[in-house]
Amino acid sequence: MASSDEELVRRTAELARLSITPAEAAHLAPQFARILEHFKTLSDVDLEGVEPTTGAFGLRDVLRADEPRASLTQDEALANAPERIEDFYSVPKTIGGDA
Amino acid sequence: MSATIERDGDVWVSSRTGTRWHVVCGLEVHAQLRTRTKLFCGCETSFGDPPNSRTCPVCTGQPGSLPVLNEEALALAVRAALAIGADVAPWSKFDRKNYFYCDIPKNYQISQFDRPYCTGGGIDLPSGRRIRLHRIHLEEDAGKAIHDRGTTTLVDLNRAGTPLIESVTEADVTSPEDAFDYLTALKEILIYVGASNADMEKGELRCDVNVSVHPAGEGWRTKVEVKNLNSFRNVAAALEHEILRQIQAYESGDESRYPVQETRLWDADKLVTRSMRSKEAADDYRYFTEPDLPPVTVSPSFLERQRGMLPELPAARRTRYVRELGLSAYDADVLVADRAVADFFEAAARISGRPKEAANWISNEVLRALGDAQTGASTIDDLPVKPHDLAELIELVAKGTIHTAAGRTVIREMLESGTAAAEVVERLGLEQVEDESQLEDWCRAALEGKDAIVADVKDGKEKALGALIGPVMQASGGKANPQKVREILKRLILES
Ligand SMILES: [Zn+2]
Repeated sequence: MASSDEELVRRTAELARLSITPAEAAHLAPQFARILEHFKTLSDVDLEGVEPTTGAFGLRDVLRADEPRASLTQDEALANAPERIEDFYSVPKTIGGDA
Repeated sequence: MSATIERDGDVWVSSRTGTRWHVVCGLEVHAQLRTRTKLFCGCETSFGDPPNSRTCPVCTGQPGSLPVLNEEALALAVRAALAIGADVAPWSKFDRKNYFYCDIPKNYQISQFDRPYCTGGGIDLPSGRRIRLHRIHLEEDAGKAIHDRGTTTLVDLNRAGTPLIESVTEADVTSPEDAFDYLTALKEILIYVGASNADMEKGELRCDVNVSVHPAGEGWRTKVEVKNLNSFRNVAAALEHEILRQIQAYESGDESRYPVQETRLWDADKLVTRSMRSKEAADDYRYFTEPDLPPVTVSPSFLERQRGMLPELPAARRTRYVRELGLSAYDADVLVADRAVADFFEAAARISGRPKEAANWISNEVLRALGDAQTGASTIDDLPVKPHDLAELIELVAKGTIHTAAGRTVIREMLESGTAAAEVVERLGLEQVEDESQLEDWCRAALEGKDAIVADVKDGKEKALGALIGPVMQASGGKANPQKVREILKRLILES
């Protein structure tokens, strides 16, 4: 029977649309658990009265004017496509299932 | 056996059980902001461009690229919020909505989660009901996945990164009519403030519906989301169908048929909704703050500048047209429904000083030329006739240079060729004929053999004259001055 750690791995893989075998889930589960355990130490910090931060640099209001800039050419954009059909990226059929 | 369901106002009554069902419905509307470029990069927003010709490292999510917010998108979003009386937050931030699908190249959509730029507000419907807004947030659009060509899915990322506002109503919508009216009013406002072109056919406005039903006096039940609604009529039709489907399901008493929390797609050909996916398994977006975009402030001065750019809104215009310009409510509706038409009307009314006439010419003649193959115009701005051209025609009629009937010939010629009114009048020789002897000839001809009418008029029944004026006008090609014709006919009869 799968552990709750394995269940978490399976669920995370599902959200990321990755298919993993039960063996892989069993292998990854203890690693997941260690990472999560590590981050749990953050919960120990006392945040009483601390405003949630929105970024590490304290920047605000970085805006740009609504002025067009050159886009990539179709060939540039599609250069690293897994597969190209005409001027489209072509990917495995992604409809009908749990899209 | 399924029951007959009848409407009693906003209550749906089952003939079999007598249960009175209430509807709880909210609408989510995505509107594309009218910017030149995308929300976070300089690619031009696109419709009908060659596939994947409007993308860059930012909107395709290449490593090392950085999004930067388009200030105009923020301005337009704020203007839309002000127009519906919403509260604009002094600052807001962006979040990543994580999901994996082929139309979303970064594997997340940049949206706003817990700090939307705007909350509250509402729209008053013609029915007097008010639909409150829960919130509006800024987000980027996804690309387009095409599933019906060949054995693979094709992806075009031109649309990825297009600026959208998503508005979410409170569950104040209680009928398909409410939904239709709300969408109509929202679209009108978005167009008026210039925030969006809101053209559904171009995907600039998209609507999803959340709906549930419950017996009067009981708590809310499971809500179902309906998508794939590509016109306001489809929204109303899908909502009606879904309300009936849910009521029938509950009334069957068969729990396996009860509505479940899910997304259903509207099939506009078969007029049914069908299940797309069950919701609880799929939706887990794991939002977190977008680290690449700093928070954005909306200062009081920015807010005031946007407020200053708001035009008079449709509801206010309607009222003013009726109260101050003396138009009928119907004419006011027709003109206000399209901002370009309303602006055209106001200019023509101002120049001619005759708002009622301007309204008549526009609703009877000018609007008929739209969508007409002859003019090839789809909006009033495409027409060769401008407000001052119409004003000139109105003045020619008012001065008596031409008769109203001749005016119709003139405006049609103007709409087709763009020729000025005075020139058409001259070329077609439509100037009203004032010449007494010419008018008398036409009148004598019309009187021939009309002894009965002559006798009536002699008996003091002046109304009978009306039957003679038409033939005279016809003989003159619409050029006779009807006022003079009436006088001459009367004189000729009384002298005879
Ligand atoms: Zn781009």
